[in-house]
Amino acid sequence: MSEIAVESFPRIRTGAKVRPVTQDAPVTRYLLIATTLVFSLTFLFAPLALVFVEAAAKGFSVFLEAFSEPDAIAAIKLTLLVAAIAVPANLVFGLAAAWSIAKFSFPGKSLLITLIDLPFSVSPVVSGLVYVLVFGAQGLFGKWLSAHGTQVIFAVPGIVLATIFVTFPFVARELIPLMQEQGTVEEEAALTLGASGFTTFVTVTLPNIKWGLLYGVLLCNARAMGEFGAVSVVSGHIRGLTNTIPLQVEILYNEYNTVAAFALSVLLASLALVTLGIKSFLEWRHADALAAGGGRH
Amino acid sequence: MLGPSGSGKTTLLRVIAGLNAPDRGRVYFDGQDATNLPVQDRRVGFVFQNYALFKHRTVGDNIAYGLNVRPRHSRPSREQIRARVAELLKFVQLESLGSRYPSQLSGGQRQRVALARALAIEPRVLLLDEPFGALDARVRKDLRRWLREVHKETGLTTIFVTHDQDEAMELADRVVVLNEGSIEQIGTPSEIYDQPVSPFVISFVGEAVALPVNVEAGRVTFGDRTLHIDTHGLRSGPARVFFRPADIAVATNGAGELEGRVESLRRTPAGVRATIAIDGYDQTLEIDSPLDQAAALGDRVPLSLANARIFTVSDTKTDYVDAGEGI
Amino acid sequence: MTSPTLAGRHARRFKAPSVIPGFGVTFGYTLLYLGLVVLFPLATLVWRSSGLGLSGLYQIALEPRVAASLQTTFAVSFLAAGIDLFFGLIAAWTLTRYQFPGRRLLDAFVDLPFALPTAVAGISLAALYAPNGWFGAPLADLGVKIAFTRWGILVALVFIGLPFVVRTVQPIIAELETELEEASATLGASRLQTVVRVLLPPLVPALLTGFALAFARGVGEYGSVIFISGNIAYVSEIAPLLIIEKLEQYDYAGATGIATIMLAISFVALLVINLIQAWSRKRFGHV
Repeated sequence: MSEIAVESFPRIRTGAKVRPVTQDAPVTRYLLIATTLVFSLTFLFAPLALVFVEAAAKGFSVFLEAFSEPDAIAAIKLTLLVAAIAVPANLVFGLAAAWSIAKFSFPGKSLLITLIDLPFSVSPVVSGLVYVLVFGAQGLFGKWLSAHGTQVIFAVPGIVLATIFVTFPFVARELIPLMQEQGTVEEEAALTLGASGFTTFVTVTLPNIKWGLLYGVLLCNARAMGEFGAVSVVSGHIRGLTNTIPLQVEILYNEYNTVAAFALSVLLASLALVTLGIKSFLEWRHADALAAGGGRH
Repeated sequence: MLGPSGSGKTTLLRVIAGLNAPDRGRVYFDGQDATNLPVQDRRVGFVFQNYALFKHRTVGDNIAYGLNVRPRHSRPSREQIRARVAELLKFVQLESLGSRYPSQLSGGQRQRVALARALAIEPRVLLLDEPFGALDARVRKDLRRWLREVHKETGLTTIFVTHDQDEAMELADRVVVLNEGSIEQIGTPSEIYDQPVSPFVISFVGEAVALPVNVEAGRVTFGDRTLHIDTHGLRSGPARVFFRPADIAVATNGAGELEGRVESLRRTPAGVRATIAIDGYDQTLEIDSPLDQAAALGDRVPLSLANARIFTVSDTKTDYVDAGEGI
Repeated sequence: MTSPTLAGRHARRFKAPSVIPGFGVTFGYTLLYLGLVVLFPLATLVWRSSGLGLSGLYQIALEPRVAASLQTTFAVSFLAAGIDLFFGLIAAWTLTRYQFPGRRLLDAFVDLPFALPTAVAGISLAALYAPNGWFGAPLADLGVKIAFTRWGILVALVFIGLPFVVRTVQPIIAELETELEEASATLGASRLQTVVRVLLPPLVPALLTGFALAFARGVGEYGSVIFISGNIAYVSEIAPLLIIEKLEQYDYAGATGIATIMLAISFVALLVINLIQAWSRKRFGHV
């Protein structure tokens, strides 16, 4: 009878279902889930929710008014312009870098990858500063630039450059591991079938990396539109001229124009949400078409 | 091209295709120097080991690829391409699967798509890199038979890389045996099997047992035993004798060249394989005998040897020189 | 037809021969673009700071306000990375191992600090923890002040660093074979013993990497911190802010000096991360 079993196996509980050994006890499970939930509610959801709540605090018309401000419109236009230059520039670079690194073998490859990653580990403020040191009034080319009547720092070119620097690795970073994983065999097959190099790239390589490419561009764009530190250093904060949306948010906030600041923030937060949404969708739907461990930044 | 992994078969095939450049030597197609011809212009039908199908294209698009990428002036019309694809699909017995994607096919089906894609460009030579490597045994057998028919129908010169000797022996008119980057022997399957020119070939193709022996003044000795093997004037010194298991038999008249004890018996499809420990030496032989003539475990049996091949061992021990034919 | 020693030609080649076209153009462009956009400007910083000399750098670092800001930056970043390490591990474990409603949504939101522009995060956190904010008001009743103190910086850096730990550790947890746990259990280990002796050790390199990434990001962070920190000199002023202040006073040498120190720290962090990963690859066969 069962008593005997209990005697010889002291830990047996008759009638209880045995929990698989790979599962934590319910108490542990609930405790950990609760911790995660509380932590992400306070640290992730609350800041996001507050943006929308504050923006709507004085009603919808006040919220909309913030976007009819000429300075706000100028900031939105400038942000779009900067992203429209920086993202394609880094896209072309990312494709070139990934092609040369992933499809060929040469010495010093890992050093090159580390160098491409470098802007991720540089403080945004330092990223802005280096351009001031190169193009600023007291910078390396400062005299030459002013002699030719051009300005880079405290002007749009400087903002574009700083943004390019900060978003530099995104596309390359996503494509390199992906293309390394895919190897060169499909390209070789295309070549034996008579395709030229360019045709091979367009008809074979590009379709294979399209989701990864979209992913990289998406992250690159989100960062380009939202960059604050680096742009702040090189912009000069000239209203209506060199303020991107994040800089305009700062000014409005510092002037205690909270609703307007959060209204513009809603724009950026929505961009972030859309980015996260598409990103999660890609990870869920096309996980196999993205590089392993991608999206770390 | 037959050889163990790492013997250079695939590299040689890729050199022929123009995917790798040779360090030395030249590649000729029909007597025409193709060494500097870019891969696109060689018109080789290359079937890759894991097929390298374009996974984002349908089966039909995969097959049409080589025709679609031709420059406009030499590109067939759309209708022609469609007709050609249909014809090839029929040829590889996949008529109904033209709009599937490669991931929706079985391994054997992918294999046939890869072949159809290679055939679409009307290649001058068909190059197959371990095409059946990733398939299970039954599918391999079927595809092997099918490939021989394809070969008969197209009449294309076909180079087939494999590490499987049965595959090579069954499919090839001529077999090239490769080892460590160099060609050991070229010949018909029966030449390779019956007249192997090196210890590598004899032990890689088919089974063989080796006995370390000594050659002295035309006599071959194994320990204190003399083996009746013609040395063909082989240089004196240590040598190795190779026998096929089928060529060692239990001597019927009781007076064998060697004697041993049956250590284990194993049933094989054809009969019984016995492992025999040679008296007085740390050496075993395996022999095959018909079911009704098999010895019993522990029996002492006299052995007679036929069709031996002998190779002298050079100073470096791993290197074999010269070859002589056995009895 | 003679073929002029093909072997010799290959031996001297920089890249391994390949039939794939386009190496020259893409590699050249990569180097050019990398050089112009990243390396040249960074080299300018190093060149500028070499004018200061080591003693000059040392003097800048010892300026009381600079020293205080550096100390604040590093100490708070370290603490924040530690907090992220703890909660990040729990979150990564929960998100990978458990099924519960809202898991997928939560998983997606872990990346919010990556995606949300730092300025937006900054003003939002500042408003949350201000004395009249959602969290600030109840905390003020308890006598705790977060905004405009060092604690504010900590809150911002915990926010910004969290995804680094979670996203580094998560794939490793997903890779852990359940057979290891089963093996451990069949050998008589309790669940706690299994967790401590079998599950945690392979996570250590990823945890260290995540910590280092969060720390490095915290040291350089600007946008999300400056609104909540209040920027009180000697108390809650971070090093990146001081760079901007020096620049506004046209003190290029000072700005360059602080930037160089921070850059050096970034490189050390990068080096440490690479070493951890090299060690981990050697020891565990993965990162």
